[in-house]
Amino acid sequence: MEQNEKLSFHFDVDGNDFTSAGEASVKVKKLMRQLGFSPELTRRVSIAMYEGEINMVIHANGGVADVYVDEDCLRVVLADEGPGIADIETAMQEGFSTAPDNIRALGFGAGMGLPNMKNYSDEMKIDSIVGQGTTIELKFKVN
Amino acid sequence: MITAQMLEKELGLKRFVMCDDSREVTGGYAGDLLSWVMGRATSGDAWVTIMSNINVIAVAQLTDVALVILAEGVVPGEELIAAAKMRGVNLFSSTAPTFELCGRIHRLLGAPDCGAIAEADDAYSAAD
Repeated sequence: MEQNEKLSFHFDVDGNDFTSAGEASVKVKKLMRQLGFSPELTRRVSIAMYEGEINMVIHANGGVADVYVDEDCLRVVLADEGPGIADIETAMQEGFSTAPDNIRALGFGAGMGLPNMKNYSDEMKIDSIVGQGTTIELKFKVN
Repeated sequence: MITAQMLEKELGLKRFVMCDDSREVTGGYAGDLLSWVMGRATSGDAWVTIMSNINVIAVAQLTDVALVILAEGVVPGEELIAAAKMRGVNLFSSTAPTFELCGRIHRLLGAPDCGAIAEADDAYSAAD
């Protein structure tokens, strides 16, 4: 984790370690508490980010997560160099998942990850190129 | 007010980690698919599940549930217990089935809130 001047935080999400997935989200939750954000916003941001982390571990062998704290908005950018999403509209449907069986056995792959990220954020943008990777930007309004 | 400690006693739960025994329990959620839990469970819930892999602790922490109850005789492994301790998650188990645990939790919490069910019934009636 590195903190830059403009109050942003950078995390590397390890693609090989499924059990440590969530570390970045938990850190963000703690940081947001320290910075005085409301428990509700903190909850929404950290859960949405965790879903993103899990997705990068399941599908893309990891990636990077950046959190930018602006005056009126908090942004989470999740970027990976995985296989990309061929049909974003379908991927956004609740219940649709391409996660393998071993991941489903852990309780993931229910097809609720992207819908949760959308529901918990105020704005969600997905840029994906098949064979190159996916970048998801989540915006959260700060009161 | 119902606390984690009261729930432990009333339900006869087996204690593995109790980090905050005065934590108020305000509701409940039952589920094993972690994204469903993250989408639906609310802060202060008693979360009843049969899932016992390490990710359960991260989900419990992020959703801010009051306690995790492993149902149906599921026993946590050492790794799960260690993670719960480290992250301050109340962790229990019970041999009782999920259905029974939820029924009892619902009753203990006062259980007056059947508004959602009544609304659904009204909607069905109106459709007839």
